[in-house]
Amino acid sequence: MGETFAVEARDAVKVYGTGVNAITALDHVSVTVSRGEFFTLLGPSGCGKTTLLRCIAGFETPTSGAILLSGQDITEEPPYRRPVNTVFQSYALFPHLTVARNIGFGLEMMGKPKAEIAETVARMLALVRLEEFAARLPQQLSGGQQQRVALARALAPKPQVLLLDEPLSALDLKLRKEMQGELKRLQLETGITFVFVTHDQEEALTMSDRIGVMRAGKLQQVGTPRDIYDRPANRYVADFIGETNFLTGVVEGGAVRLGSGDLVRAALGGQTGTVTLAVRPEQIRVVATNAPGAIPARITGKVYFGTDTHYHFALVDGTEVVARLQSRAQGEDDLPKGVEVGLQFEDSSVQVLGP
Amino acid sequence: MGIGTEEGRKKHQARSGWLLSLPALVLLLVGASGPLVIVAVYSFLKPGEYSGVQWIFSLEAWFKVLLEKDIFDGTISLADAHLAIFWRSAKLSLLTTAVTLVLGLPTAWFIATRPARSRALWLFLITIPFWTNLLIRTFAIMEVIRNEGILNTALLALGLIETPIQILYSGTAVLIGMTYVYLPLMVLPLFAAIDRFDFRLIEAGYDLYASRWQVLRRVILPIIRPGIVAGSILVFVPSLGAYVTPRVLGGGKNMMIGNFIELQFGQGRNWPLGASLSMVLLLIVVVALLIYVRTAPQEDRHD
Ligand SMILES: Nc1ncnc2c1ncn2[C@@H]1O[C@H](COP(=O)(O)OP(=O)(O)OP(=O)(O)O)[C@@H](O)[C@H]1O
Ligand SMILES: [Mg+2]
Repeated sequence: MGETFAVEARDAVKVYGTGVNAITALDHVSVTVSRGEFFTLLGPSGCGKTTLLRCIAGFETPTSGAILLSGQDITEEPPYRRPVNTVFQSYALFPHLTVARNIGFGLEMMGKPKAEIAETVARMLALVRLEEFAARLPQQLSGGQQQRVALARALAPKPQVLLLDEPLSALDLKLRKEMQGELKRLQLETGITFVFVTHDQEEALTMSDRIGVMRAGKLQQVGTPRDIYDRPANRYVADFIGETNFLTGVVEGGAVRLGSGDLVRAALGGQTGTVTLAVRPEQIRVVATNAPGAIPARITGKVYFGTDTHYHFALVDGTEVVARLQSRAQGEDDLPKGVEVGLQFEDSSVQVLGP
Repeated sequence: MGIGTEEGRKKHQARSGWLLSLPALVLLLVGASGPLVIVAVYSFLKPGEYSGVQWIFSLEAWFKVLLEKDIFDGTISLADAHLAIFWRSAKLSLLTTAVTLVLGLPTAWFIATRPARSRALWLFLITIPFWTNLLIRTFAIMEVIRNEGILNTALLALGLIETPIQILYSGTAVLIGMTYVYLPLMVLPLFAAIDRFDFRLIEAGYDLYASRWQVLRRVILPIIRPGIVAGSILVFVPSLGAYVTPRVLGGGKNMMIGNFIELQFGQGRNWPLGASLSMVLLLIVVVALLIYVRTAPQEDRHD
């Protein structure tokens, strides 16, 4: 029946504990990941990302539902029989084995011939640029180097799917950025399907082909970074991904009348009554008060962020709106606090989210 | 000038450091090395008529450790009886070490995987026998395994056996007793090693296609090896010299080095032989410790 997906979760439920202590970590999660895709699970702490990953790896068995790998039901298979490897958040490198032996461990367990193992290990060391560290023990490496060993170790057996549980969270910002690029490069070079877990929305947006946003065990929305950012399915997703202004209003004709009395045009798609509009800060233009369609607002504060400046406005009814404007040359366009201006929303950027 | 005074101060510090550690050094010399020196000296003397030693240099005791002279024709042959005793002791110690290891590993694993609070209780239970006199513990074991003891009575009552099994005064009895006495010494270092073990490595092993057996052999055992080695040494060394347990539970039938040495200082009235046997025992222990030191440094780098 059509495409077989690299990974598929069918109505997966995972309940930890029983009775009053029961925690539903996965609540009827269904998701498909295509071959060669960089798929990211994004969500706040405790939303069930690790649990879903562990169900795919085989460390947990779903309470109900199924996990499929290339169309095959592997729900009951133990981890060592799944062609899936994990990059653990703690790296979990074997402390008693050298870098080379760590990387070759999976192949050794599979019973591959020595020559093949040596050849693959050399290739993996080159891939993660650790050739000169082959004979070191893991604790003689820096965090970033250990991370790369963990990656090489998981890639060496050529898994169908690579699972990565917040692999970059232990690294400092600079190294993290570097490793993000490295990961993306490795994924493209190997063509292996990546399922990546993070709670960093920026990381998710920059690296993924598609993102699944989770909340309290439920999948909220699955889509490309663009989809998720520009067309969030609900207020939660809009709020979680990037900053958003939420404006409540009532549908009036083809537009929405805000609490401040101003009329905003939006693609309503048949919605009536009270709705919430989501507008990204960078999609707001500051214009003169008398410009057509301008919503009057007063500047209440601003925060300088280097490349751009966040301006805080109050509409006439006091509703707060944040706009992000690119910082220009000094002096130019530097709006002081208290000034009355007009705000314009780009029509296509206004998302209607329901009440 | 400046350098001179600096050096002088250092010298002074060194001297006063020496003085400060003097009491400890004296204690060490007198308390630890002293008796050892006495034993070493005695092993090169002649036995006294009734007991003690005569202050005459002699290699006889050392000669007797491994060799014997036929009193009739004067031919020299290996002292089979002594070798048998050494061999029996070594065998018993190795067996005790092996059995305590096999029993201690799952026990230590069990304790290390308990929640922190009950862990303290389990550790306490394991160490309880330490607070009891060895002789009393040994008699308690006797009470369990003797023909009219708890074990046989229970088995008879259950109808599993028709006549009591003779365990007491056998090699098995000694092994049971030794295992019971030395098990804590195996469990504690194993626990310490397993407690430090990162259990996430087991999942990493499974993830990389290792079966349960392979995870045990290739991941767990190599990492907790320092604990295994330490526990083995702690059990092997004292069990080599053990004499209360073999004597009480073995019924004196199978003599161990410990009993044999005791005999030389008692009824045997041959202190020099007892001393030289003690030195040999010490030598075996030192060799065992050297093996430990050899393997330890490699392991230490992993912590
Ligand atoms: N072994 C377990 N026993 C009981 N509850 C668990 C267990 N593992 C996870 N949970 C609970 O399940 C929920 C989801 O946990 P999970 O580890 O999947 O979250 P997460 O999204 O990975 O969070 P984080 O970003 O903090 O890693 C949490 O409420 C957690 O407390
Ligand atoms: Mg997690």
